[in-house]
Amino acid sequence: MNAPRKTPNASGWKPGTPVEGDNAMSGPDTATGNRALMLEEPLLFEIGHSETTGVDFDFAAKLDLAGVEQPTPPTPAPCGRLGNFERSEPIGLVGLTEPETVRHYTRLSRQNYAIDLGLFPLGSCTMKHNPRLNEKVARMPGFADVHPLQPVDTVRGALEVINELAFWLIHLTGMHSIAMSPKAGAHGELCGILCIRAALEARGDARKVILVPESAHGTNPATAAFAGYEIEDIPANSDGRVDFDALKSRLGPDVAGVMITNPSTLGLFERDLKAISDAVHEAGGFVYCDGANFNAIVGKVRPGDLGVDAMHINLHKTFSTPHGGGGPGSGPVVLSEALSPFAPLPYTSRTKDGVVHLVEEENADSFSEEHFGGRMQHFGRMTAFHGQVGMFTRALSYILSHGADGLRQVAEDAVLNANYILRSLEDVLDAPFAHSGPCMHEALFSDKGFADGLSTLDLAKGLIDEGYHPMTMYFPLVVHGAMLVEPTETESKAALDQFILALRSVAERAKAGDETLKTAPFHAPRRRLDETQAARKPVLAYKDQSVPAGTPVPSEVGGR
Amino acid sequence: MRYLPLTDTDRAAMLSKVGASDIDALFVDVPEEARLNGPIEGLPMHASEMAVEKHMRRLSKKNLAASDAAFFLGAGAYKHHIPASVDHIIQRGEFLTAYTPYQPEIAQGTLQMLFEFQTQVARLYGCAVANASMYDGSTACWEAVAMASRIARGKKRKVVLSGALHPHYAEVVRTMAKFTQDEIAGAPPSLTAKPDDDGLIARIDSDTSCVVVQYPDILGRLPDIAKIAEAAHEQGALVIAVVTEPVALGGVKSPGEMGADIVAGEGQSIGVGLQFGGPYLGLFAVRDEKHVRMMPGRLCGETVDAQGKRGFVLTLSTREQHIRREKATSNICTNSGLCALAFSVHMTLLGEKGLRLLAMENHRLACIAADRLSKVPGVEVLNETFFNEFTVLLDGNARQIVRQLTEQDVLAGVSLGRLFPGNDALANGLLVAVTETTTEEDVETLASALEEVLA
Repeated sequence: MNAPRKTPNASGWKPGTPVEGDNAMSGPDTATGNRALMLEEPLLFEIGHSETTGVDFDFAAKLDLAGVEQPTPPTPAPCGRLGNFERSEPIGLVGLTEPETVRHYTRLSRQNYAIDLGLFPLGSCTMKHNPRLNEKVARMPGFADVHPLQPVDTVRGALEVINELAFWLIHLTGMHSIAMSPKAGAHGELCGILCIRAALEARGDARKVILVPESAHGTNPATAAFAGYEIEDIPANSDGRVDFDALKSRLGPDVAGVMITNPSTLGLFERDLKAISDAVHEAGGFVYCDGANFNAIVGKVRPGDLGVDAMHINLHKTFSTPHGGGGPGSGPVVLSEALSPFAPLPYTSRTKDGVVHLVEEENADSFSEEHFGGRMQHFGRMTAFHGQVGMFTRALSYILSHGADGLRQVAEDAVLNANYILRSLEDVLDAPFAHSGPCMHEALFSDKGFADGLSTLDLAKGLIDEGYHPMTMYFPLVVHGAMLVEPTETESKAALDQFILALRSVAERAKAGDETLKTAPFHAPRRRLDETQAARKPVLAYKDQSVPAGTPVPSEVGGR
Repeated sequence: MRYLPLTDTDRAAMLSKVGASDIDALFVDVPEEARLNGPIEGLPMHASEMAVEKHMRRLSKKNLAASDAAFFLGAGAYKHHIPASVDHIIQRGEFLTAYTPYQPEIAQGTLQMLFEFQTQVARLYGCAVANASMYDGSTACWEAVAMASRIARGKKRKVVLSGALHPHYAEVVRTMAKFTQDEIAGAPPSLTAKPDDDGLIARIDSDTSCVVVQYPDILGRLPDIAKIAEAAHEQGALVIAVVTEPVALGGVKSPGEMGADIVAGEGQSIGVGLQFGGPYLGLFAVRDEKHVRMMPGRLCGETVDAQGKRGFVLTLSTREQHIRREKATSNICTNSGLCALAFSVHMTLLGEKGLRLLAMENHRLACIAADRLSKVPGVEVLNETFFNEFTVLLDGNARQIVRQLTEQDVLAGVSLGRLFPGNDALANGLLVAVTETTTEEDVETLASALEEVLA
């Protein structure tokens, strides 16, 4: 391990260093607008044609086993059955051949930051390495190429995957059962809240209020409102945790439940969660736990031991299914014994003979009679089919690779990495809760001490020039200019050291009032983008411009 | 452990830096009685890549893959050929391992792709604006209903569902409506050659916020959206068209063109594999720009950077949960970004010409299949109109017959008994989907198998 360098860059250069001319780093303008490997790419609609296609069809020629092409005319269609609905107008699509397509998207891909390129410290998002074995497994034909409505005897392996992952998630959380179908975290939250509402209605108890801390993810209040609840804030105490006494005094016959994130979005473990759960249960309510931050405690603590009634698990966070530039996610919800009867359909269940059954609308009642004493009162259905099975295969492969011991190590290394960042930077960045003990999987800083006129946004954009994706900014809302840094366990110490060096340098510039930060980034594919214009005059789809042939389009001249 | 870079030496040095005696000192806030002192009992320990692959392969082998059978299933999930370059592109790390494009300067790849995707979807649907995707068709359908309720500002509470809407979609709408107090007016589908458009129109009244119609419908028939839209608009109701097979729109008029106000659907057919039901791709678009600010989900828009270069950002986010919290238009956060990329790449490869040819080929083969099956004694084709999926009525319980045929590696279709359990009037119905991946030999295999079993 090399000692950290004293200067940010071997040459001594750093963003903001005065250079000769307008910008010696970028050199003179180029005719194409490209800059070596930084390549501009036009919009598909500016380069494609309605007559071009990158797909060939068999009906022009058939390939026999010997590989000899034998042109055979297609069997003519019997008279069409489209009635009066046959398309008469063009759709307005354009196509590219395969080489053009591969190049278009490859060039676009190079304008993205990604975990594969470097540390991605987005707090609360758990950007960890995505093992490629999981991608390989998900593509096995027995998983990738099966239809959700095939007769169950032809998909026993897929049902076993769902059930085996369910088994792991139930045991890792110490809960009673699980709903696997929710499509993402927010969908899982909705599932959990609907279970709570169904359980309350089943006992004829119409409660109206859900309590949510101010530090919660925006999805929490949005979900509870969607399910018809009024939202009330839970105050925090001075060390950033839920104010237990205030919460307790608010509990009553109108409170359906509380939604608590643990560890919280401040990166803190809610020490009083068990006591909170007991008090909420005592008052007849339920406890929803936002499991977005489960990565910090997997294998170390079971939410079931803390009295939680429902918790979603973001498979795309803790269990490493790829984020894919914004999904797909997957949000199974573990449930307590009290909520289990209300779980949505469909679900899988393994009976003593080892067979995994699929329980849907048609057999829900009979299955419940036979195996659960008729207790099941499912609240309905969250989605068509069985959930994100393609994510289940990946998550199961991840879990089996780590095992019970490896998952515990995941949490320990994630927490160690976050504390290492916290303690390495608290002298230069304000860490509002550093005094209250160790953090969990993420370190929280504020903009206190920045020079006037410089903000968290400026620091974040400066970090882009250092080659990093910024941390989560301005969240949680309860901390001014919040910066939430989550390194995850898949970063080496050397990678952390270089990130700390970069963040320290940018933080020092922000404190010293380095004005160049205000216009950073300088070295990204784009400078700061005008979000106000985007919202004021929304352009949300490409509109064909009638320009004479041969006129260069914006991207062909560097976007100008 | 192959995914964890820290060495024990690193861990010791780092613990010393943070001033902790051991790792458990960092978990000091966890109440002692809840702390686990070792790996959870009864669960296996870590395993090699080879061992995991072997285990998963064994499970995968217990499934009959669609490509290993004569395959005719549809009903909201379709088997189409996906060009090899689609999977290559979505596995590029810069797409696969990126996050939601919240930092646009270093996410132009994802953002430009989303802008192109939105344009492709809007044009396919005959709409002005499409969003950057939803979870799947069923949840997009529900979000459309919720949006129509928002537009009606709670003054109209009735949602009219076509009886021929996919029953899972209808069930999702019914489930959610239980909690939002919308009144759902539904009906079971009737086995008629033409969809009952007049019956649907008769259920629309002045208290109706929206009418939901699937196109082509669950039995494969083509409802007359233009006629339904005219009647709905007279009552001040919005028309939500649900499309579960986007390839159809290469061959038939778009819902927007016929007057649908919101078009929501499943995009799986283009670029995304069957995967036992997910992840799929919800598509969502509005015909008129005036409804944009009521839309759920993310939107990508064009703008310029500080030097005047064109660029793209997520925009109109004041509708979304991370800004609006309990007042958001939806609680959706993560969507189906990577599936949207797969869709967009496949659609780019197809283009106008390719999609039209693909649609023609699907329809041609479906017509051949319908004609062949109608010659089997004991089989009657129900539909007057269809695209690539149609309903046949069998002389016998369709569900049992489907199960029986799996023994010969024939996956004959989706029985209406599976989709509408308990509805005896539909028990003989079988939904047969035919795509470009179906060969005439497959059709013959199905026809002979049915001949045998119905004899």
